[in-house]
Amino acid sequence: MIAYHLPILQIVVPLIAAPLSAFCRRAGMAWYLALIICAASFAISVALLVRVLDEGHISYLLGNWAAPWGIEYRIDAVNAFVLLIISGMGTMVLPYARVSIADEIEPHNQALFYTCYLLCFAGLLGMVITGDAFNAFVFMEISSLATYVLVALGAKRDRRALSAAFTYLVMGTIGATFFVIGIGLVYMVTGTLNMADLAARLQGLEQNRTALVAFAFIVTGIGLKLALFPMHLWLPNAYAFAPSAVTVFIAATATKAAVYLMLRFLFTVFGTDYNVLGLTLTYMFTPLALAAMFAASTVAIFQFEIKRMLAYSSVAQLGYTVLGISFASVTGLTATMIHLFNHALMKGALFMAVGAIVLRHGAATIDSVRGLGRTMPWTMAAFVAGGLSLIGVPLTVGFISKWYLVAASLESGRWPIAVLIVLSSLIGVIYIWRVIEAAYLEKPPEGRTAREAPLSMLIPTWGLVGANIYFGIDAELTSRVAGAAARLLLWVAP
Amino acid sequence: MIAELPPGLILIVGALLIPLLRPHLRPYLMLALPVAALVQLLTLPAGLHAQVDILGHSLVFLRIDGLSFVFGLIFLIAAVLNVIYGWHEDDPVQQVSGLVYAGAAVGAVFVGDLVSLFVFWELTAIASVFLIWASRTERAYRAGMRYLLVQIGSGVILLAGVILHYRATGSIAFDRLELTGLPTALILFAFGIKCAFPLLHNWLQDAYPEATVVGTVILSAFTTKLAAYALARSFAGTDMLIWIGAIMAVFPIVYAVIENDLRRVMAYILNNQLGFMVVGVGIGTPLALNGVAALAFCGILYKALLFMCLGAVLFRAGSARASDLGGLWKSMPWTTGFCIVGGASISAVPLFAGFIAKSMVLAAVAEGGHWIVWLVLLAASAGVFHQTGLRIPYAAFFARNPEIRCREAPLNMLAAMGITSLLCIAIGVYPAMLYAVLPYQVDFAVYTASHVVTQLQLLAFAALAFSILLRHRVYPQDVPSINLDSDWIYRRLLPAFVDVYRDGLRMMRFRAIARAQVRLNRFIAAVYRHHGPQGVLARTWPVGSTVLWVAVLLCVTLVFYYIE
Repeated sequence: MIAYHLPILQIVVPLIAAPLSAFCRRAGMAWYLALIICAASFAISVALLVRVLDEGHISYLLGNWAAPWGIEYRIDAVNAFVLLIISGMGTMVLPYARVSIADEIEPHNQALFYTCYLLCFAGLLGMVITGDAFNAFVFMEISSLATYVLVALGAKRDRRALSAAFTYLVMGTIGATFFVIGIGLVYMVTGTLNMADLAARLQGLEQNRTALVAFAFIVTGIGLKLALFPMHLWLPNAYAFAPSAVTVFIAATATKAAVYLMLRFLFTVFGTDYNVLGLTLTYMFTPLALAAMFAASTVAIFQFEIKRMLAYSSVAQLGYTVLGISFASVTGLTATMIHLFNHALMKGALFMAVGAIVLRHGAATIDSVRGLGRTMPWTMAAFVAGGLSLIGVPLTVGFISKWYLVAASLESGRWPIAVLIVLSSLIGVIYIWRVIEAAYLEKPPEGRTAREAPLSMLIPTWGLVGANIYFGIDAELTSRVAGAAARLLLWVAP
Repeated sequence: MIAELPPGLILIVGALLIPLLRPHLRPYLMLALPVAALVQLLTLPAGLHAQVDILGHSLVFLRIDGLSFVFGLIFLIAAVLNVIYGWHEDDPVQQVSGLVYAGAAVGAVFVGDLVSLFVFWELTAIASVFLIWASRTERAYRAGMRYLLVQIGSGVILLAGVILHYRATGSIAFDRLELTGLPTALILFAFGIKCAFPLLHNWLQDAYPEATVVGTVILSAFTTKLAAYALARSFAGTDMLIWIGAIMAVFPIVYAVIENDLRRVMAYILNNQLGFMVVGVGIGTPLALNGVAALAFCGILYKALLFMCLGAVLFRAGSARASDLGGLWKSMPWTTGFCIVGGASISAVPLFAGFIAKSMVLAAVAEGGHWIVWLVLLAASAGVFHQTGLRIPYAAFFARNPEIRCREAPLNMLAAMGITSLLCIAIGVYPAMLYAVLPYQVDFAVYTASHVVTQLQLLAFAALAFSILLRHRVYPQDVPSINLDSDWIYRRLLPAFVDVYRDGLRMMRFRAIARAQVRLNRFIAAVYRHHGPQGVLARTWPVGSTVLWVAVLLCVTLVFYYIE
């Protein structure tokens, strides 16, 4: 019985828990509630993934309304994998968040923080799980609105969080609007909102102007949401000024959900019959992805604040993700799917380490990490490990991602891209090294007393570092799921 | 997986833990590691283990067969002896690098593919150079640098050969290779460098004597024997090697005669011993390869023993130069005894280890009908006896030079030397013990009248010659001097040549650097302009212009689709 209703429980549980946590007076209670809910969600998503891998896709009809009219939750290997990433990271962040949030947010807002966190969590999961285009828009708005609030809560530490949240709000809303315009247009042509149904009805409409305009709006709208270069300008400030725990959470999940929607619409809804898809991939995604890999990484080199630096690095990493999409091959999409997972792990570990530094020093700049190799050895070691993974050193997950990307580019015969992938990784070495150099080779400033971060932050950080290494050595599981997802997206029989 | 743990890895990983321990506990761990590796080796069944598929290639980290077993065995025994010999040494650099080096050599012996071989090949080079640098003198630093250049160069050539070989045949198996074209020639060249082929040998005499007391003993065991193993594995029966080996067996003797530093004399003799092995590899019959393995096994023992004795002398008397030494037998009786055992072993006196191994190679040479080579090797044997059996003990312990008083070597050194001496004698007396682990079935009787008599005649006449030469002062005096070897070409001639053109070259270099610097600065400035904190790409944009970008992108996409 419960097993049958798992898909809806995945969403409803955190969605109902969110207002409940708003009633909690004390932050501690809200935190407990959020932790239990997220852990339950994670368990559900694991169960769903196992079931999907066993049985193929799950179709769940809300209120038993038949599919094209009612809302359908449709879970296959693609979104079950993304659900796992989001719920897993959401759960990992919470134990970490408690101390960090208590330090960075005003006391009377702390309980509300967990409300917004749960809302955002539910929204992201909903975006991914649903098989209904309009429903996806609704969840996108839920998660986005919650995220704006979460970012703005960073105002206690730095007032600029407010303007960052405002910019994010404007840009996010435009993205969502474009997306909903696109959906409106396809609804006009096909009369349906169910994704599977849309896919069937859009066949044969390859020359339909309205469908093409819809395609352009949807790609641009989601592109804005996933920070496709040069529409990434909202991202660095939002990441840099949000509270540390929020940065970890949204860096690891928000753009991943957007990438998922992009994949869904490009390959499942429109499909490779649309020759505009091929054009978009070749003439828009490939150059923009390459530009992101280089320009954003180069900007990261010159950044002074480490959070901002990592934010730019995220833009570059999204470049890799989009690059994988642009190959439109099984290997390329496998690379994208696996990189969604791997990037969540590595950026999660890195932002967590930076958050610990912020907790102890009030800021994480190249200046403030000087000599931290000695005073906060565990934190800095986690940063180094995450950095190695980001660069793509073998035995870390970063290497696995790069490996699939290079393999995909060689497979498609575009070997110069393989060279560029390796080159852009080298830029990563530079900006990670700047931090390592400051932390290990320079002396701490006079009269600074610093302690190691609390265990409640170190344990999740090292949990992620361990995952970085574990999945870097044993990529069996991730590559199997990612491969299955890629084949599903391209309608290739397994 | 644990059951398949390569023994080399035990040493390498374990060595990295050494600095974490308190100094007085370190030697125990160091001893435990090679012993554990030895146990692991003895429990592993023959065959291929620890195969890892990486990027579509199967890497074999553990191939146990007759040939690799005997080399791995002696490497681990040598590692144990080295640890005992170096027990007193409290220098983490030497402790770690010595064990990593031994581990890399053991690892290299057991790999089954050329790619992993390359990895361990380079690791031996990198780990071992620290043993030279550990002397912490300017001279040692420079010698170490030269050593590293040559060794890494050998690795790079090996890699080039492996890549070409892979492209030509599609195989990376570390097995018999036919010397047919450039790829295998490069691989042979790389092996040759490490094996100190004539004209490629200078690194050995240059670097080994510069290492620390313990370091030289460790160095003497692994690098060159690893190369001999690689040759035996890949190029057995390559005719060219017979002649290379014969030359190798002779020419170092000439240098040894006129060399004053006894550790350097040993380095030349080491080179000469390798010559015997290379000849054996060149012949390539089962008997010859058995001889190579036996010679490597015994050679590691008795050369280590001699280096240990000289190290002990250097440690106590402060010098290993023939001109500074003499009369030490009173102060260091035990060391003297061990040195004589080592000398007897290397000179192949019957009942000592060298005899049973060298006889096999000589018998194989004779069996193959290479009479000239046989004579050359015989002459070389006489030379070896003359140098190590007579001259080194004489010069160090008996010569009537200024009487030096010093203490006997430390207990741990004596223990190491004693065990090694025992092994040398035991193998000489019970050859069946060694023959049992040789790669091929042995039906070779070593103690035949002809073998023993030939050898004894040879030794007797060599001893006679030494005495007469010494008596009549025809023998070159032991004076401090420098020998010119072929490394003069790259250490003196080429730099001198460059000196002539130095000013011109310097100007050119300056200009090139200045030009490059200007360009680099300009490039960085341009990058900074766009990507720096206030650059176009990094500054915080007003919302309006951000939105403009989105609109532009949408319009471009729409127009694009429209045209399509």
